[in-house]
Amino acid sequence: MAPTVSAIGGSARTDFIFMMLFAAAVLTAPFWASFIGAGYPDLLQKWAIYGLFAIGFNILFGLTGYLSFGHAAFLGIGSYAAVWSFKLLTMNVLPAIAFAILFSALFALAIGYISLRRTGIYFSILTLAFAQMSYNLAYSVLTPITNGETGLKVIPTDPRILEELAGVRNTAVAPTTSLFGVEMTGYPGFYFCAVILIIGFFIAMKIARSPFGTMLKAIKSNQTRMNYTGFNTRPYTLAAFVISGMYAGMAGALLASTDPLAGAERMQWTASGEVVLMTILGGAGTLLGPVLGAAVIKYFENIFSAFNEQVLNAMFSFLPEVLKEGAVAVAGLFVGEGWHLTLGVVFMLIVIFLPGGIMEGIRRVHKLFKRSDGSSRSGAAAESA
Amino acid sequence: MDAIVLQFLDGLAKGGNYALIALGLTLIFGTLGVVNFAHGALFMLGAFCAVTVQKLLTLSERVKDESITFFDAYKEIPYLETWFGDTGHMLIDYSVPISLLAAIPVMLLIGLAMERGLIRFFYHRSHAEQILVTFGLAIVLQELVKAQFGANPIPTPAPEVVAGSLDIGVWFNVEGSIVYPYWRLIYLAFSTVVISAVFAFLQFTTFGMVVRAGMQDRETVGLLGINVQRRFTIVFGIAVIVAGLAGVMYTPIQSPDYHMGMDFLVLSFVVVVVGGMGSLPGAVLAGFLLGVLQSFASMNEVKSIIPGIDQVIIYLVAVIVLQVRPRGLLGRKGVMEG
Repeated sequence: MAPTVSAIGGSARTDFIFMMLFAAAVLTAPFWASFIGAGYPDLLQKWAIYGLFAIGFNILFGLTGYLSFGHAAFLGIGSYAAVWSFKLLTMNVLPAIAFAILFSALFALAIGYISLRRTGIYFSILTLAFAQMSYNLAYSVLTPITNGETGLKVIPTDPRILEELAGVRNTAVAPTTSLFGVEMTGYPGFYFCAVILIIGFFIAMKIARSPFGTMLKAIKSNQTRMNYTGFNTRPYTLAAFVISGMYAGMAGALLASTDPLAGAERMQWTASGEVVLMTILGGAGTLLGPVLGAAVIKYFENIFSAFNEQVLNAMFSFLPEVLKEGAVAVAGLFVGEGWHLTLGVVFMLIVIFLPGGIMEGIRRVHKLFKRSDGSSRSGAAAESA
Repeated sequence: MDAIVLQFLDGLAKGGNYALIALGLTLIFGTLGVVNFAHGALFMLGAFCAVTVQKLLTLSERVKDESITFFDAYKEIPYLETWFGDTGHMLIDYSVPISLLAAIPVMLLIGLAMERGLIRFFYHRSHAEQILVTFGLAIVLQELVKAQFGANPIPTPAPEVVAGSLDIGVWFNVEGSIVYPYWRLIYLAFSTVVISAVFAFLQFTTFGMVVRAGMQDRETVGLLGINVQRRFTIVFGIAVIVAGLAGVMYTPIQSPDYHMGMDFLVLSFVVVVVGGMGSLPGAVLAGFLLGVLQSFASMNEVKSIIPGIDQVIIYLVAVIVLQVRPRGLLGRKGVMEG
């Protein structure tokens, strides 16, 4: 395989270079994103957080082929665990993240243990059922824990035991999340999320390259055969499920860290659908794909939502008046409030024509250029194919 | 006692709705082997057929309100009323039943277009990909409806004659104890009729016989020189009609908004799985069963024993059924036993 597609499988050296490039790209995001109108911390944080969420989802879906439609439940559980840590212990984000990972792992273990007894669509329905149960309960009887529709918030008079012991608890002002004194808002918040994203990416890469990862891919390609060779696949799929649940929990904790608030709508099944969209859009089974997918979706969510009629009128101002009105009316369907329509259409097109997502698109374009050179070995192979 | 009867009735009415949607889903899965995540959106489209018909019937002109003399006031009077008087008024009143007639051809067209234009390319792709593409389609349909009709629920009332409630207790000499809305009773009757019609169609017509044979063994039927594909396409259309009619009839119960389909989609999938993928009687049975179970779970007496049970009962049943009997209640052995 050519070095440029090291996202699929490469030597230790190409992996290292790939990793460095990824880290550099993430850490310089505030710089280059400003050119495409995305250079503000709010969006950058979302990129990093949802990128992490999608990476984790991909460990389950991309590697084992199990399509979970209930991953948002872990995102929600992570958020709730983090906010409770803020309320009870300290506003420091590290314990919050630790608790979020712990709790989401426990839930993932229980849910995964039951759901993974089935495959295919039954697995999807089971995860969906569990997510809906969590969502419904969070809204109704678990209100003492989740604060129902209002959502769980931090308030100045929370106990925060650790801060109390250290004598720094301030009940007068609204508390803010911090990492040893550095407030987790704005750019510091982004860099914190970015570092965790890079670590998460690194772990995901190590998993994909490890014998464990190979085993997961084997399960995806033919689980029956794996079973026939006397191999128990359950522990492997369960491990993948729990790891991916932990990623989701961590993403939930980061959401709560940048904005200390947790609501049940984060667990709704359409939210689970969103991470599926991200992963497929970017390219399931690839390392970089899910991050790209998350970035693209969150980017367009922000950019397209901001479009309004005036912007469109300005855009199409070169057209004659009659055409302009038509163009604005048609384009208006797809932007602003209706940006989900764009998302749905793009997603359908991707599933129909490019099941490998953006990454496959890049690969195809790459191959095209190779072919036009006509000199390289893979180019010749592509021609003969 | 009356409380139990009332809950049972409520459960049946709810179950009728679940059964109708699940029936369509199962028809599609049993014939074409396609998992249709856009089915909820089709239900929603049906509901918006009713909204459209109502909008068309109430197209109004602005006339000066003569009763107000201090200033120029205008009021809207539907054309139908100015043209036909009381008959026009009645037509508007009966907009939901009228929409049923309108919905059949519209939904059939939508169904055929969807099958020919999209679904047929996904016969041989994985269930995951089918779920994904139909999920994408559901989002698109939903957003188109939102762009056209806005995000707020649009009230579409039932005809005035059946607006109130019926005192069923009278029949059993216990006046006033079992009072139930007319429209939900009508819904229950309607769902029974539609379900029976679909079953009768499959059971007693030659077309239905071929379809049933095709569901059993598509290849052999094909080898006999029968165009199975064309019949399955029509069955897809029928399933879409059933979803659409269920949507139309549901509008007086819940004012339709663009995401109503998504709420029912998850439930109806659970129903299908509990009944057994590909089993039509299973879907109907599970629909009514889960409806009744949900009704009983939301009784205060039950809720006080197990708090929150009403929120999770359906999903809990699904989880248990999938653990102990993965092929569902009436699923055939060996079919989709994942």
